[in-house]
Amino acid sequence: MNAAILSRLLAAEPARFPALAIHGLAGTSFKPEHLAAILGAGRQRGFFEVHAENYMGAGGPPHRALEAVRRDHPLSLHGVCMSIGGERPLDKAHLKRFRDLVERYEPALVSEHLAWSTHDTTYFNDLLPLPYTEATLARVCDHIDQVQDAIWRPLLLENPSTYLAFTESTMSETEFIRGVAERTGCGLLLDINNVFVSANNHGFSALDYLSDFPLSRVGEIHLAGHAEQLDDEGDLLLIDSHDGPVTDSVWKLFEIVISRCGPVPTLVEWDRKIPGWPVLKAEAAAAQAILDRHQREMRYAAA
Amino acid sequence: MLPLEQELSSYAARFAAALIDPGRATPSLVTGPNGKAAVRRYNVYRNNATVSLIDALAAVYPAVQRITGVEFFRAMARFHVRASPPTSLLLLDYGRDFPAFIETYEYACAMPWLADVARIERAWLDAYHAADAAPLSRDALALVPPERLADVVFTAHPAAGIVRSPFAAVTIFAANRSGEMPGRIDAGTPEDALITRPEMDVVVRHLPEAGAVFLTNLMSGRPLGDAAASALQSSPGFDIAANIAGMIEAGAFTSINFGEA
Repeated sequence: MNAAILSRLLAAEPARFPALAIHGLAGTSFKPEHLAAILGAGRQRGFFEVHAENYMGAGGPPHRALEAVRRDHPLSLHGVCMSIGGERPLDKAHLKRFRDLVERYEPALVSEHLAWSTHDTTYFNDLLPLPYTEATLARVCDHIDQVQDAIWRPLLLENPSTYLAFTESTMSETEFIRGVAERTGCGLLLDINNVFVSANNHGFSALDYLSDFPLSRVGEIHLAGHAEQLDDEGDLLLIDSHDGPVTDSVWKLFEIVISRCGPVPTLVEWDRKIPGWPVLKAEAAAAQAILDRHQREMRYAAA
Repeated sequence: MLPLEQELSSYAARFAAALIDPGRATPSLVTGPNGKAAVRRYNVYRNNATVSLIDALAAVYPAVQRITGVEFFRAMARFHVRASPPTSLLLLDYGRDFPAFIETYEYACAMPWLADVARIERAWLDAYHAADAAPLSRDALALVPPERLADVVFTAHPAAGIVRSPFAAVTIFAANRSGEMPGRIDAGTPEDALITRPEMDVVVRHLPEAGAVFLTNLMSGRPLGDAAASALQSSPGFDIAANIAGMIEAGAFTSINFGEA
């Protein structure tokens, strides 16, 4: 067959992937350097999460790797630069790329951040904070409506980690997030490390935050490591660095959350100073053990 | 609302203004808890933005960083990030103008070949992310009647790219991308690069003399006869058969036609 025709045929026939259940599973960030180790171990219990933007190139090894991983595992697609919390209209071209990835890889979970990264023409490559006001609430809801209309499914919105507050804010973060979830019907991605980091940085109680958080809407949990710095007054300022193991305090909060909302799919994020696969896998196994123990306790209580 | 009021109410504009401009003060719309200051708090965002973008350039240009050393590279990249922050949401598109910046960077003028090494690295990444396509089969030209060979038009492979250099950019690139220590390189020898990715591996080849003229013509859709004439004009000893075979072998094309498509 003519090579040009063959390549067109291949392009017209998108890969179909199995629908794999994700409930009660722990997962890890998928990092290309772990591909050989992951594929070498065959199908494993657990899921993988990828940053959507890393798979927005036209072709090449990234897509080949993701196809291979997706064939055997449920996938979570995590967007990092939609600027849902931004002031400008969503980038239509980016929204289309995001939707195309959802169609192509059929992820079990799709999430984005309560943050912004772009203003005017500049992309800052960071998750920037927003004030919590009626005006920003309305705009965030409008943006989420647009994303959910495009992807034909609920989006999970992730609570941010922040280092400062806006003087113009008129409501708490949990109030804001509850409002977004109620108005848009979106689900929530509860990042427990972010709760811990923000609680320290803003001087509130992480447990109070979790009590105010609409836990019934949580469809995924994130766990990660953080780093320490000092603020202007010399007090501890925690940085959401994703560069080390999950801390004991975050594990404790995780146990509390799971006891309240059941074995929600839980991801261990690790994005910098990435360790060997066995280390990351062990972190996920620790989360899985907690999810499984809770599952057993629930069955025992029901029996 | 008047434009000025809009501007004043814009948290994003006010927050963003100082993010990559160290000369600006912490914006007044942010605060720490209970009246605490927000200078170091705001600096976390400044640091995240600048450092992550420098890291992004380091990921695209590892050979450049290996040549200059990490400290030199990061200082150079910081200037570039502040002068030309990304305008695309996709970091895989960032840094296209970095080679041109390197050319104007005062401290790099002792390494006039550095910008071309960067151009090869940028082309390498573009090839890596390019659309997948089956390369033209090796015997494709054998099926063309000899009298029609001059009319053959090639379709370039989406991953194929050319970088021309008056310096030994291909040799310097290769030496600094591999783990081996480079031997002595005569940087003044002109070298043109052909970058392809016929399957999953990106390959950078050194094109023979006039090969770049020939291939640039073919990739822009000019028929084989015209492209060969241009190459022969540029280098009378140009070996058409060997060059076309080498380029097909490298995966520079996906298909041929007779210009009717």
